[in-house]
Amino acid sequence: MSAAALNELKSEAVLSVTDLCKSYPHITAVEQVSFAVRRNEIVGLLGPNGAGKTTTINMILGVLAPTSGSIKIAGLDIAKRRSQALARTNFAAVYATLPGNLTVTQNLRFFGLIYGIADLTGRIETLLKKFDLESLRNTRCGVLSSGEQTRVALAKALLNRPELLLLDEPTASLDPAAAQTVRQQIRELARDENCGILWTSHNMYEVEEVCDRVLFLSHGKILLEGDPRALPAQHGTHSLEELFIQLAREPLHPGGEAPK
Amino acid sequence: MRLRPVAGILLRQLYLFRSSPVRLLPTFAWVAIDIVVWGFLTRYLNSVAGNHLNFVPTLLGAVLFWDFFTRIMQGVTTAFLEDVWSRNFLNLFATPLSISEYVTGLVLTSVATSLIALVVMLVLATLVFGLSFISLGAMLIPFVMVLFLFGVALGIVASALVLRLGPASEWLVWPMPALLSPFVGVYYPLATLPAWMRDVGYLLPPSYVFEGMRTLVNGQAFSGTGLMIGAALAVVQVMLAGYFFARVFRYTVRTGLLARYSAESIG
Repeated sequence: MSAAALNELKSEAVLSVTDLCKSYPHITAVEQVSFAVRRNEIVGLLGPNGAGKTTTINMILGVLAPTSGSIKIAGLDIAKRRSQALARTNFAAVYATLPGNLTVTQNLRFFGLIYGIADLTGRIETLLKKFDLESLRNTRCGVLSSGEQTRVALAKALLNRPELLLLDEPTASLDPAAAQTVRQQIRELARDENCGILWTSHNMYEVEEVCDRVLFLSHGKILLEGDPRALPAQHGTHSLEELFIQLAREPLHPGGEAPK
Repeated sequence: MRLRPVAGILLRQLYLFRSSPVRLLPTFAWVAIDIVVWGFLTRYLNSVAGNHLNFVPTLLGAVLFWDFFTRIMQGVTTAFLEDVWSRNFLNLFATPLSISEYVTGLVLTSVATSLIALVVMLVLATLVFGLSFISLGAMLIPFVMVLFLFGVALGIVASALVLRLGPASEWLVWPMPALLSPFVGVYYPLATLPAWMRDVGYLLPPSYVFEGMRTLVNGQAFSGTGLMIGAALAVVQVMLAGYFFARVFRYTVRTGLLARYSAESIG
């Protein structure tokens, strides 16, 4: 994407990432990453294991400080206005399960208070119904199936009606029917709630179905960006999965071109 | 500071107590055992010493004060460790929650749990063993406040150490009060200690409380200067502990330690 196009995109973005870098003493995890997510848009963040996806998400969530670069959420710089920026954000990730010793309702109430939600009881009831969790409301999260835990994590992620939602493999542990329902709900959320979504997944069929745009990340850099339905043809592959595999195996082709 | 997030931290602990009453046991069981053991010991010592010595206020009162301080300190760290044990840092710190709101929530949680312990100790010590605080009078309140503040400070420091050194460093937390106890003269005057230990003791606020308590119980002239020094030290140490926690938090955010506390790997 050209600098001018990126600037235009950032002007209407709910998430604006500019020249983001994260270096450790012996490795650069993320290098000069810039992108934006608009409201009502679902952007897929793709890449092989170790590409820098989770590092990028952790920096957006404020739990990892960038070495350089900036992150703005709804125009708020997270380095300067952390609380205000994070009040407009939420996330669900397979590796961040909710405390297993609290029930579903207790977890939602706990995090609802942390986010300072008004009419918390009503919001919890709405989300329990939305994610079909009413019968599990008094069950401890630790004894739920992984699919049920994912639904609770999604309910928690929507507590504060986030303007930016980060979803790290949100359907990884769901059966196909439940995953289909969740995808539908997330699409509705992006459409109806004026929310921008950054979505990571290793399921390329899901990415093609859900995402408006994808970013291919490898070795901490964005290699490709575009419409997941158009990218395979543009790079001479039959499917997004084939393109993903090519990029994962031979990621650093000169000039950022996908290997043919 | 927003009140709802603080209430959230406190409410979480109440949920845990409600869902598992067994968790309540450590909040009063150990202090009750301490009071019973030391209560009978003081009775025995009184019977040996005769009428001219009363060990109840000096020994049992000291045990009660020390256990109160320990409960406050462990109340803060236990509330913090709940987030370590449930691998909750990523969920918690990716929210608008500020460090001051989080630490305030931990302290209020500690106050709630420690009050249970204090009531149990007071009931046992006064009703069963005849401990009276009349000789301490109004000084009882500043004594308790100084111990409370120092307990908070030590609890915050211990939590920061676990945050910095990782979950396995939890074992460092529990013996901390025991490590300090020889220096603060819980059961004996500071004058008993060698000079270097006494110097360490003067930096620890509880030393002034226990010295003051013994002075009052023995009917000697009490000067408030020592207690004021203790109170000032406690306030400064709470502020330093808060600064230390915030600094460690920033370090864990900068180095990725905080994210690794929850995430299995960093991409």
